[in-house]
Amino acid sequence: MLEPRPLKVDAPKMTARSVNVYYGAKQAIRNVSIDVSMEDVTAFIGPSGCGKSTFLRTLNRMNDTVASARVEGDITLDGEDIYAPDMDVVQLRARVGMVFQKPNPFPKSIYENVAYGARIHGLASARADMDQIVERSLRRAGLWDEVKDRLHDSGTALSGGQQQRLCIARAIAVDPEVILMDEPCSALDPIATARIEELIHELRGRYAIVIVTHNMQQAARVSQRTAFFHLGTLVEYGSTSEMFTNPRETRTKDYITGRYG
Amino acid sequence: MSAPFLLIVIIGLAIAAWFTARARAAAFAPPTDGAQRPHSRPGQHGWYTALWVAIPALIVAAAWNVASPALVTRAVLAEPAAASIPADPLERGAILAETRALATGRVAAAFHHQAPVLAPAYAAARLRYGLMGLALAIVAGLAGGAYAYSRVRPDFRARTPVERLVMALLLIASLIAILTTIGIVASLLFESLRFFAKVSIVEFLFGLHWSPQTAMRADQVGASGTFGAVPLFWGTIFIGAIIAMIVAIPLGLMSAIFLTQYATPTVRRWVKPLLEVLAGVPSVVYGYFAALTIAPAIRTAGLAMGISSASSESALAAGLVMGVMIIPFVSSMADDSLAAVPQSMRDGSLAMGATQSETIRKVLVPAALPGIVGGVLLAVSRAIGETMIVVMAAGLAANLTANPFASVTTVTTQIVQLLTGDQEFDSAKTLAAFALGLVLFVVTLLLNIVALRVVKKYREAYE
Repeated sequence: MLEPRPLKVDAPKMTARSVNVYYGAKQAIRNVSIDVSMEDVTAFIGPSGCGKSTFLRTLNRMNDTVASARVEGDITLDGEDIYAPDMDVVQLRARVGMVFQKPNPFPKSIYENVAYGARIHGLASARADMDQIVERSLRRAGLWDEVKDRLHDSGTALSGGQQQRLCIARAIAVDPEVILMDEPCSALDPIATARIEELIHELRGRYAIVIVTHNMQQAARVSQRTAFFHLGTLVEYGSTSEMFTNPRETRTKDYITGRYG
Repeated sequence: MSAPFLLIVIIGLAIAAWFTARARAAAFAPPTDGAQRPHSRPGQHGWYTALWVAIPALIVAAAWNVASPALVTRAVLAEPAAASIPADPLERGAILAETRALATGRVAAAFHHQAPVLAPAYAAARLRYGLMGLALAIVAGLAGGAYAYSRVRPDFRARTPVERLVMALLLIASLIAILTTIGIVASLLFESLRFFAKVSIVEFLFGLHWSPQTAMRADQVGASGTFGAVPLFWGTIFIGAIIAMIVAIPLGLMSAIFLTQYATPTVRRWVKPLLEVLAGVPSVVYGYFAALTIAPAIRTAGLAMGISSASSESALAAGLVMGVMIIPFVSSMADDSLAAVPQSMRDGSLAMGATQSETIRKVLVPAALPGIVGGVLLAVSRAIGETMIVVMAAGLAANLTANPFASVTTVTTQIVQLLTGDQEFDSAKTLAAFALGLVLFVVTLLLNIVALRVVKKYREAYE
């Protein structure tokens, strides 16, 4: 098998080189190298269990919370090794935010949900500053107009799509550089999904966005770069339009045309 | 015929019926293509028939058990030897009781001379009627079994009645607990009403002086008999809801946080059962630990600090030990609530760069709070109903004081005090125990209802 060439991007935001991930004795990711660019949305696609979510979670060290997980290889953020002993995981996650598969707002008010990250990182000292952060984040997440009159209602009372945008607003409020999205639309209906995809377009360029998705049409719609994972390996990584029209690998082609997965 | 033997016979018949009916049902021709499969499985036909054997037989046996002693007595009295028995019902009853005792071999000799004469007749009648009962029960069982067996056909729905009967059994099981509760409330209520006929309810609930000494003789000294229960309520709250909770809430909560969030699986596997052992220690053991070890230590410490009123039956000793006893309750409820907070909540917070302790303080504990509050309320209701520790370690003096080194008394201690010892059962002193019991029952019931509501509401939040 040909070693997939890591697609070089100019001034990559994050780079991964020869990354292996193990859960106990089981290897979940084999020798993956990838660059994440600031300008583009990067999509990870592949069949269930191919390791795309696992790999995503190595980018902000969320795998640290799994006791049996072990990561090998180099992953950098702005050239800094994020697995270096002196790297503070709290600061890393403030720079690399994450949105999860199922909307997971805290059982607090909408305002408090968004203010949560800003509060723990001490981003606002005065009440007015916090109000501003909350409003700006909700506006960027396209939720402001819908919730501005009920900021103190519970975040869990929103609809699924609104909850997911609230989670995006919550991630934005900390002013991250990278946003990781782990199948952010898999629990949403088509209209809410369209709204999130629109939002991803709007956020592009301001944040480096990496999205894991099951849905190939979604990858084609929202991303400029696509990485295809299969059985823990990175099969192909390239520009989305090229990958969908002219895949280099047969496995990619079979997956994209619906042969398996 | 002895009851165990009868029971074994009936069970044996039922088992035989189960196998026969099952075999018959199993022998049905398998459904041909397109035909519907039989509604009930062979085992269900077996159960249907077995129950039709056992239930009629048991009903007949029970009825016979009620009726046969009278029949036996009548048969014995019809004996010629019984003609000499006096007609006086009391004496006649005594003789017959002795006869029965002789006939069943419970006594060797009798006081009345007629008894040994009648004993063989009595034994014979008993055997006769016993065998008759056995025969009747078997006939009833066989008749029921035959009826059920005749209904075992492929299109017969045996499963439905069997399942209905199982449901009825389950219903009866749950009703027993409920009826017992109602019985307890009724007994408390009626005795309390008798008490409130002697002592006004206002004085009882709001009076500040408790001295339940009623006069047994008119000229008795020191029989004040005032029943103001406020000092008791205060003592109960002071020990059970204040001092014990000051110990149990922080320690229970912190141990739950440690066990769910920080402990490695190995540590959790060892520490959690050890903590739960605390809940299994009988409270009387805590009681003498409190009375013999903690109370004197607290008194010495109090005196050393210059508190001259430090009592060896201090509220503090009972409260501290009770708090320790309650820790597992608080901790296991808090543990469950924390574990029920979805992992996604934790991930969400950690992914924003929150530290583990920030995540626990700002997300997990607030999310689990209703469950924790529910657990604390249940713990309070247990603490105020707890008896042994306070009987052994708390005092009897009904002081209305907030000094933890002083002696206070509790509702449960006073109930024990009022009901033990020589007292007639219609004096205000004894009846006061029921009124106190009623108050305790109502308060703990309300606490439990509120606690369960809170917990239930919280559970629904994550559906």
